[in-house]
Amino acid sequence: MRLVRLWPENSHFDFMRFRRFSFPLSAVISILTAVILLSGGLNFGIDFRGGTLMEIQAKSGQANVGQIRQTAEGFGFGDVEVQEFGTAGEVSLRFPIQEGGEAAQAAVVQKARDTFNGDYEFRRVETVGPRVSGELVQSGTIGVVLSVIAVLFYLWFRFERELAIASIIGTLHDIVLTIGFFVITGHEFNMTSIAAILTIVGYSLNETVVVFDRTRELMRRYKTMPAEELLNLSINHTMSRTVMTAATTALSLLALVLFGGQAIQGFAQVMLYGVVICTYSAICISSPMLIYIGLRGSEAVKVPEGRAAAAE
Amino acid sequence: MLRFSRSKIIATVAVIVIGLLLAVPSTMNREQRQAFLNAIPGWVPSWLVPSRAIVLGLDLQGGSHVLLEVDAQDLMRVQVTTLRDDVRRILRDTRVSSQNGIQTVQRGVQIRVPDAADRDRLLPRLRELAQPTGNAMLGQAGGNTIDINTTPDGVITLTYSEIGTNERIRRAVDQSIEVIRRRVDATGTTEPSIQRQGADRVLVQVPGLQDPQQLKALLGETGNLEFRLLAQQGATDVDMLPMQDAGGQRVPVERRIIAEGGDLIDAQPAFDTQTNQPIVNFRFNIRGAQRFGQATTENLGRQLAIVLDNQVISAPTIQSPITGGSGQISGSFTVEQVNNLAVLLRSGALPAKLTIVEERTVGPGLGRDSIEAGKMATYVAAIFVIIFMFATYGLFGLFANIALIVHVGLIFGLMSVLEATLTLPGIAGIVLTIGTAVDSNVLIYERIREEVRAGRSIVSGIQAGFDRAFATIVDSNSTMAIAAVILFFLGSGPVRGFAVVFILGILTTVLTAVTLTRMMIALWYHWMRPKVLPF
Repeated sequence: MRLVRLWPENSHFDFMRFRRFSFPLSAVISILTAVILLSGGLNFGIDFRGGTLMEIQAKSGQANVGQIRQTAEGFGFGDVEVQEFGTAGEVSLRFPIQEGGEAAQAAVVQKARDTFNGDYEFRRVETVGPRVSGELVQSGTIGVVLSVIAVLFYLWFRFERELAIASIIGTLHDIVLTIGFFVITGHEFNMTSIAAILTIVGYSLNETVVVFDRTRELMRRYKTMPAEELLNLSINHTMSRTVMTAATTALSLLALVLFGGQAIQGFAQVMLYGVVICTYSAICISSPMLIYIGLRGSEAVKVPEGRAAAAE
Repeated sequence: MLRFSRSKIIATVAVIVIGLLLAVPSTMNREQRQAFLNAIPGWVPSWLVPSRAIVLGLDLQGGSHVLLEVDAQDLMRVQVTTLRDDVRRILRDTRVSSQNGIQTVQRGVQIRVPDAADRDRLLPRLRELAQPTGNAMLGQAGGNTIDINTTPDGVITLTYSEIGTNERIRRAVDQSIEVIRRRVDATGTTEPSIQRQGADRVLVQVPGLQDPQQLKALLGETGNLEFRLLAQQGATDVDMLPMQDAGGQRVPVERRIIAEGGDLIDAQPAFDTQTNQPIVNFRFNIRGAQRFGQATTENLGRQLAIVLDNQVISAPTIQSPITGGSGQISGSFTVEQVNNLAVLLRSGALPAKLTIVEERTVGPGLGRDSIEAGKMATYVAAIFVIIFMFATYGLFGLFANIALIVHVGLIFGLMSVLEATLTLPGIAGIVLTIGTAVDSNVLIYERIREEVRAGRSIVSGIQAGFDRAFATIVDSNSTMAIAAVILFFLGSGPVRGFAVVFILGILTTVLTAVTLTRMMIALWYHWMRPKVLPF
């Protein structure tokens, strides 16, 4: 049987060359992200913004979106977003947070239920008051910040300074570009998005660790090899694994995007994008970054001769 | 060398078999599980029988999640009213009078007693109101619940201290949980979960509840019932209270309370035998019956005011003395209102108003669809990855696939033992794990291939591949664990379900991708004695 090889054996590809394109590209996307983000471009879901989300499904299988919109706007609860999704007459309604504190939100649900109960089935109702949404914003932010701190600590223990700096740059790059995905596509940003970002942090770190483990190993073996060549070699050595893992992870995420249902699709899309970004950044951002940070200044090359030999 | 001792094989297989058996109860529904447990002969010790199962999250089985917050302001208002009554009683008992009465201030009351002798008589009694907080036996330094300040010109201020306020909120949450439990139980819903969350919140989760309207109506009422009298013309000590179904019209009601909700021992919905209208029948305890009997005897012909949460819900005329201790509340009620009212009266009053700060309801249809979609995605992901691994690594891919299936089975086994909650993001976690779990195998296989290519023999290549890849496997799993653990502590509900799956997946992958695969490869090597790698 002939087995599939996604990446050729014994490759000698010059990955470091890519930095001429990847650095400007990532810089542009990051700046773009920052600009849109600062102009209030993140499409917060009700977890963070507060308000009411309802998903209703027409009992007849055919939803009259125009009529729903007209009726819902007539409630006087502010701007309503009405959207049809799926195939079986499913419609989502989003009401903004109501003035008058926590208790005021319940009126929205009550009114909508009374109005649409006859022709539509209520599949999901979520109401988040101003206080809870504020707390969720807080815990979401803490989560991302904590994860970066935890990653810093991990890298501090795990790697020499130069490698640690390069991989934290890679991880931050991936967080920024994931947020970029949200601001550029207008994808809804909610608590699940935070889960996606944290998972991407884990995956991103994983990718750099695998490459840098090899970089360190090769550094001990080839003491005089120039950084660029050494990094190219590390990536070429680990590339078949990188491609395999990216492929299996992407395949299972693809299954989620295609069959996971509407509720989980958003998460799967972000993760799928994240896998691509993490793979890209480990090869085209973190590794070439070491050329500038300086690979040879690191502790690994100062390992005494005896230990270096043992490591081989 | 590439050896796997017999005892190690037995241990590995045993751990895996036990792990998989633990998942068995989760594959059955409630009836099947009961039948399964009944079918096991009695001599089997109970700890040997896997009986725990995964709990489906509300997003999968449908149901309502309502987060309530004790209204601290309302609680304080009630507290200050009580304090005011206590101070008034003490002033009366000690025959001390306060200039310009009892003033309400922020978190307390203020009186003015210029005479020093009066103050000396009064203060010890007032100090009795302030209970110490904290636990003296545990050596905790507590303050008093009430701070008492006196100025030289005789102004005495009693205010609830910070500690006292927090203590009250804590107790109010405890009391609320009890009252909520009684109210939710009365609606006949199955397996509600009611728990404290944070300092001032209660989380109510009711599986299967499609429309939480009734639940919310029940929890939104304080349920404070008072029997008073409608005030007569010219009476001074009155409250102006809104009358139900009277278009916001307010009526004067005497401040004096004849009997209250706490005096009731029972309340049941019923129909009036004459008008066929829905009513609530109630019965008083002895104290309530006496006071109610006396009041109705003395005030024949006057109108009673039945006040629920500061709203007059009924104002019947007292036709004859009611001395038997039972009565009825009639008014223009619907059947549902009467049912709710009876529940409210039976369960007692909440210590303060509860505000709904978050509500999430998933209909059973959506839950079912989510499970179906999740199953579908899991199967498809597994098939994708299994085909892909086999196409890439041949026989070794098959080993990895067996390990992968065991891996997913073990996640379910562990979740069953922990009675963990499976949520929709949790399913996403399982699907994602299917993709990432083979990473360990890929790391090992690629390393083996490299070592053999570098000139090692197949057996030493396999050995070196496992050894060298292991450090990286530990690394790559700890990086994922960092994210998962943070997510577990910060996330709530569904997102936490994702973290649980992810953490368990990281734990089991070491057993399956490393130990199990290694065992299979070792056995294969000893049986086949291959000369080249099969991939």
